[in-house]
Amino acid sequence: MSARIAAALFMSHVPAIGVASDLGKTEEPYWKPLFDGMQPARDWIAANPPDVVILVYNDHGNAFSLQMIPTFALGMAPFYEPADEGWGPRPVPTVEGHPALSAHIAQSVIPAGFDLTLVNEMTVDHGLTVPLTMMFDKPDAWPCKVVPLAVNVVQHPTPSGRRCLELGKALRAAVETFDDDIIVQIWGTGGMSHQLQGARAGLINAEFDNRFMDDMINDPEVLAEVPPVEYLREAGSEGIELVMWLIARGSMADLAGGGSPGEVHRLYHVPASNTAVGQLVLENGTVTA
Amino acid sequence: MAIEKPYLDIPGTIVFDADQARLGYHLNQFAMSLMNADNRKRFKADEDAYLDEWGMTHEQKQAVVDRDFNRLLALGGNIYFLAKIGATDGLSYVQIVSSMTENDADQHAAMMIAGGRSVDGNRYLHEWEDRP
Repeated sequence: MSARIAAALFMSHVPAIGVASDLGKTEEPYWKPLFDGMQPARDWIAANPPDVVILVYNDHGNAFSLQMIPTFALGMAPFYEPADEGWGPRPVPTVEGHPALSAHIAQSVIPAGFDLTLVNEMTVDHGLTVPLTMMFDKPDAWPCKVVPLAVNVVQHPTPSGRRCLELGKALRAAVETFDDDIIVQIWGTGGMSHQLQGARAGLINAEFDNRFMDDMINDPEVLAEVPPVEYLREAGSEGIELVMWLIARGSMADLAGGGSPGEVHRLYHVPASNTAVGQLVLENGTVTA
Repeated sequence: MAIEKPYLDIPGTIVFDADQARLGYHLNQFAMSLMNADNRKRFKADEDAYLDEWGMTHEQKQAVVDRDFNRLLALGGNIYFLAKIGATDGLSYVQIVSSMTENDADQHAAMMIAGGRSVDGNRYLHEWEDRP
């Protein structure tokens, strides 16, 4: 028996979505279409609960300052507290880790050529907690354990799309050699198009975003070759977060000779605050040729 | 040989790379310090005195006092750190973000609801040449 990756999920992690949930604004006209749009994903995960989520996200100058900038930072801890980002910590449950799986991933992925930074103590910001809210609403405790994988997409150069896709493949190999009969999901978060800085702030590119989702499903090997400057130019300076989706996609079976992913859910919504929201649920290897 | 930076050709955008980070290290560390409530209180009580505790340039300190976010970006600031200055003032992200554009916060929010700023005409510096 070993662990298996049942699905990969992809979604934005806009802080305002967390605020809307925390303050009970989800029925307001601004937010209701988005939260209604996410309901199928919540229904799906209630029927397909993971034991552990490997959650790929970025820290936004909260757990990590510029004192050190790890490109790929894997959480090793039993618990992670929500960060105070300047407005007070989000009123959400403590995130429970899975140190044994983290240790296994480190021992599998580093020898495979990915020089992870291993983090024994850190807080987690909206990049990690907003996707949990999007999928699980407001439970008293999160219904699964989480292994955080923080990616530097704040200070350039960031890792390339190719590097991210290949890391996902290494994560798949790691999970499948973990001797515990657990169901794992990998979530890639961030994006979609948005720009929070400069005179071009407020940029949204729905055409880029929708094509990105098409290619994420059907053509990830080609998508992995898109250079960082194209994300910056087309999807806004903060749109570069989308490279993190490729880590989740790289973990799927079709890239290791298995069946194609099955699309369960796809959502695109503009805006949440300054950002375009995307959400995809892909089940692993459900479509065979 | 210089590193090629194709992203310098994007208008209204300052990409926070390792060179910008080098210029802005103390500025961003100052901004990060405002995550702490006691530091926020000390900063608000006497901004000049608090800024003098950090190894920032005069220009950077003045841009903080002026809350000139575009200037702070040019001087090596990163928006996620700079946002903590805005948070200390009680501003939302939309207020902080819109202050860098031609719009006020209400106009910016309306633009976002209408689908955001189009990428057409906003990809390359030369497309902005005729701007005032």
